[in-house]
Amino acid sequence: MASARGTKLGLVGAFASADELVAATRSVRAAGFRRFDAFSPYPVHGIDEAMGTRPTVLPWLVLGAGVAGLAGALALQLWTNGVDYPFVTSGKPAWGLPAYVPVAFEVVILAGAVTAFVGMLALNGLPRWANPVLGAKAVQAASSTGFAVAIEAADPAFDEARARAVLAGAGASGVEAFHAPPRAPFPRPLVYGAWIALALALVPPALIVAKRAGVSRLPRVHLVRDMDRQPKRGAQAESPFFDDGRAARLPVAGTVAVGELRADAGFETGRADGDWLSRPPLEIDRALLDRGRERYAIHCAVCHGADGRGRGPVAIRAEALREPAWVPPSDLQSEHARGLADGELYDVVRNGVRNMAGYGDQLAARDRWAVVAYLRALQRSQNATSEDLPPGVTPFSR
Amino acid sequence: MTTVTPTTADVLSEDPRRRPPLVTGEATLGRVTDDVCAIVERPRPPRAWYAAFALSVSLTGLFFGMLGYLIATGVGVWGNNSPVGWGWPIVNFVFWVGIGHAGTLISAILFLTRQGWRTSINRFAEAMTIFAVACAGIFPAVHVGRVWLAYWLLPVPNQMQMWPNFKSPLLWDVFAVGTYATVSLLFWYMGLIPDLATLRDRAKGTLRRVAYGFFALGWTGSARQWHRYEKAYLLLAGLATPLVLSVHSVVSFDFAVSQVPGWHTTIFPPYFVAGAVFSGFAMVVTLMVPARRFFGLGDLVTLRHLETMNKVILAMSLMVGFAYGTELFIAWYGGNPYERFAFLNRALGPFAWAYWVMVVCNVLVPQLFWSRRIRTSPAAMVAVCVLVNVGMWFERFVITVTSLSRDFLPSSWQHFRPTAVDVLTFLGSFGLFFTLFLLFCRFLPMVAMAEVKAGLPGAQPRHVDGGEAAHG
Repeated sequence: MASARGTKLGLVGAFASADELVAATRSVRAAGFRRFDAFSPYPVHGIDEAMGTRPTVLPWLVLGAGVAGLAGALALQLWTNGVDYPFVTSGKPAWGLPAYVPVAFEVVILAGAVTAFVGMLALNGLPRWANPVLGAKAVQAASSTGFAVAIEAADPAFDEARARAVLAGAGASGVEAFHAPPRAPFPRPLVYGAWIALALALVPPALIVAKRAGVSRLPRVHLVRDMDRQPKRGAQAESPFFDDGRAARLPVAGTVAVGELRADAGFETGRADGDWLSRPPLEIDRALLDRGRERYAIHCAVCHGADGRGRGPVAIRAEALREPAWVPPSDLQSEHARGLADGELYDVVRNGVRNMAGYGDQLAARDRWAVVAYLRALQRSQNATSEDLPPGVTPFSR
Repeated sequence: MTTVTPTTADVLSEDPRRRPPLVTGEATLGRVTDDVCAIVERPRPPRAWYAAFALSVSLTGLFFGMLGYLIATGVGVWGNNSPVGWGWPIVNFVFWVGIGHAGTLISAILFLTRQGWRTSINRFAEAMTIFAVACAGIFPAVHVGRVWLAYWLLPVPNQMQMWPNFKSPLLWDVFAVGTYATVSLLFWYMGLIPDLATLRDRAKGTLRRVAYGFFALGWTGSARQWHRYEKAYLLLAGLATPLVLSVHSVVSFDFAVSQVPGWHTTIFPPYFVAGAVFSGFAMVVTLMVPARRFFGLGDLVTLRHLETMNKVILAMSLMVGFAYGTELFIAWYGGNPYERFAFLNRALGPFAWAYWVMVVCNVLVPQLFWSRRIRTSPAAMVAVCVLVNVGMWFERFVITVTSLSRDFLPSSWQHFRPTAVDVLTFLGSFGLFFTLFLLFCRFLPMVAMAEVKAGLPGAQPRHVDGGEAAHG
C-alpha cells in the first residue's frame, strides 16, 4: 500500500482531548523533534508555549501596511487635489489636510485588513490545495472533533520506531503514517488550455499598448453613446409623420417675425414698378454717409479699393500671383458705373453680379443704401471739375 | 471532555454567582459539528426554504428588471426631482448600509470586549452585513445617473485629465463603504475557512469535497496555523472596530457637511451610528428567529442570545430617542429660524405622518423590551424588530426628503412623491438580500463552529483559566 502512495512523509497520532494534545506536544518536543505540528478543531490555548511556537511577525506587517496606506493616501490626495488639478472649494487651501483625513483613515484600515488576511494566509503557506498530511484520518477528524499530532519524516531527529513510541507513550489512541501522493502527470489538455488562455489574455493589453503608442485620426470610441444619439430629427430630415414628408415645420403662410416686416418694396429691392430707383429712398445726411464709408471700408474696399478704382489689396495680390481664374473687380469710377441708377447699384450690393457675391446677408437694407450714397460721394470726389467748386473759390493750380 | 446538558432555564438564569452556559443540550464537539453541518449536508432543505427562495428570486428578478429599466430610460423614472434630488435611492442606501452595521459590530467590538455569546450569532450577522452592504452599494451607483461612468468616483487617470474631489463627503463615502464591504468580506471569509475545512473533511461526494476544499484553501487546523489565524483575527477585529464606527459617521457627513437646514448638525455621526446598530441588530433578530426554528439551531442560538440582542436594541432605541429629542431642543435653543422651521416642518408639515411613524416605531415600540416576557418571546421580538426597521427606514426618509423639499427658497419648494419604479426597486432589493441570505443558509455553515467549540465547557486545557471566553 505504502509503495503505491509514494514516500512515507511522517507519522500521525490521534488524541482524545485538548489536554492530551498539549501534553503530547510537550513530550514530542522534549523528545527532540522540531518538525511536528498539532491539529485541533479550534485554537487550543497554551499549546503555543508547549510547542515552542515563536510569536508571528504578522502584527509588524500590518503596522507597515497601515503606515504605507497612510502615506499613500495622503500623497494621492495632496498630489491630485493640491498639485495636479488644484480644487478650490469654499476658498479653502488646495492642501486642505483636514478634508483628507477620512479617506486616509479608510485606506489605513483597508491596507491593514488586507495585509492581516493575506499575510495570515501567506505565513501559513496557504492556499495549498494538496497537502499530504490531510491524507491522515486523524488529521481529517481534527477538523471536526479529533485531536492529532504529526511528526514529519523530514525532521533530522526522525526515526520511525522512536517517533511511534513517543506518540504512543503520550497516550495516542492510534498511530498512522502519511504519504506523499502518487506522482501523476499533469493532464495535458489542462496544460495546453492554460497556454492558450495565457496567449488570449495577452491580446487586450497588447491592443491597449498599440492604441496608446499609435496615433489615430478616428474619433474616440463611445461604448455608451450618451447624447450622441438623440431621438430628434435634423433640419432637412425626412419624417413620415407629416403629410409633406419633411421633419422641419414651415411657418404658417403670411407669418412675419417681429422686426422682419418688409412692406416697402423699393427700399428692400431698389426697384419700384419695374424700374430702378434713381435716388435712395431715404434721407441722406452726414450720419448716413459716415455709416456708408465705414461699411464700404469693411466690405467693399478689399477688392474695389478705397478709391473705388478696382485696385484693392485682394486684386493686387491676385494679379501678383497671376491667378488664372481671377476676374478683376469693376472700376467703380468708370463711365458705366457712374451711369448706373442708384437702385441698380443697390441691387448689386444686395445680390451681387458676375463673380461678385451678394452682400445682402452682411448688410441690412439701410446699410446697403448707405454704401450706395457713399459710393456716389466717392465717384463725385474722384471726377470733380472746377465747375463743382462753390462760387468764389479759385482752383489750386500747380 | 465533560458532558453537561444545560436547559433553556439555565441559559436564562439571572443568578449573578454563576455564568450561564452559552449553549443548551449536550455540549460536545461532535454535537456542535453535526448540528451545524447537517443543515448543509442534508439532501434537501425544508419546504419553507423553497417557498422563501422562490419568492426571493422573483423579487430579485424584479429588482434587476427595474434597474435595467432605469438604466435604459434614465433617472426620470424615479420621483426624484428638483429640489429633492436624493429621494428613495439615497434613503434606501442609508437604510441598507445601516442594517449592515450589526455584523461587524458583533464580530469586532464584541470580540474585543470578550463577549463569548457572540460566537453563536457572529457568522450569521456577518453574512447579513455583507448582503446588506451589497444591496446598499447598488443604490448610489445607479443614483449617479449614467452608471457606466461610475468609475469617475475612483482616482483613476482619465481622458478628462481630472481627479475626483477629495474634499467632498460623497467621495469619502466611496472609500468608507468600499473599505467596509471589503473588510467585512475578509472578516467573514476568514472566519469561514476552518468551518469550510470541516465540511471538506466530512464531505461524501467529490463535488462537495472539491468545492469546499477549494474555498478552504488547504486549511489543516494545525496549531501553527491557528496561532497566526488568531493573531490575524485579533488584528482584523482591532481594525474593524474603528471602521464600523467610521462608516456611518462618513455616511452622515454626506448630510452634515452640507448647509441644508435639518442636515447641518454635529449630532449626526453618533446619531447615525446608533441608528445603524439599532436597525442592524433588529434585522439580525428578525432573520435569526425563523432560521433558528427551521434549521433546528435552538440549542446553539439560545433564547439568551436573542434576549441579549434585544437588550442592545432597547439601549439603541433610547439613544436614538435621545438624539431625536436633542435635535428638537437644539433647533429651539440654537435660535436659527431656518433650523427651527425645518424641525417644525418635520413634526407638523406635509410629512408629519412619516415623522410620527418614525417616533412610534423607533422610540415607543422598543420600550416593550423592558418586559422580560416580550424580550424572550420569539414571535413578539420579531414583531418589534420588523417595526424597528420600518421606523428606521422612515427616519432616513424623514431626514432626506423633508429637508430637501423645504430648503431655503420657498419658491423652489416641491412635494415629493415616489413613483412605482421607486417602490418596486426597493421591494426588489429585499429580494436580492433574501436570495443571498437563503443561499448562505443552504450552502455555508450558519454558526461559527470552531469559535463555538473553543468556548464549550471543558474545551480548553484545564490549566488554562477562562476557557469559556477563549475565542471570543
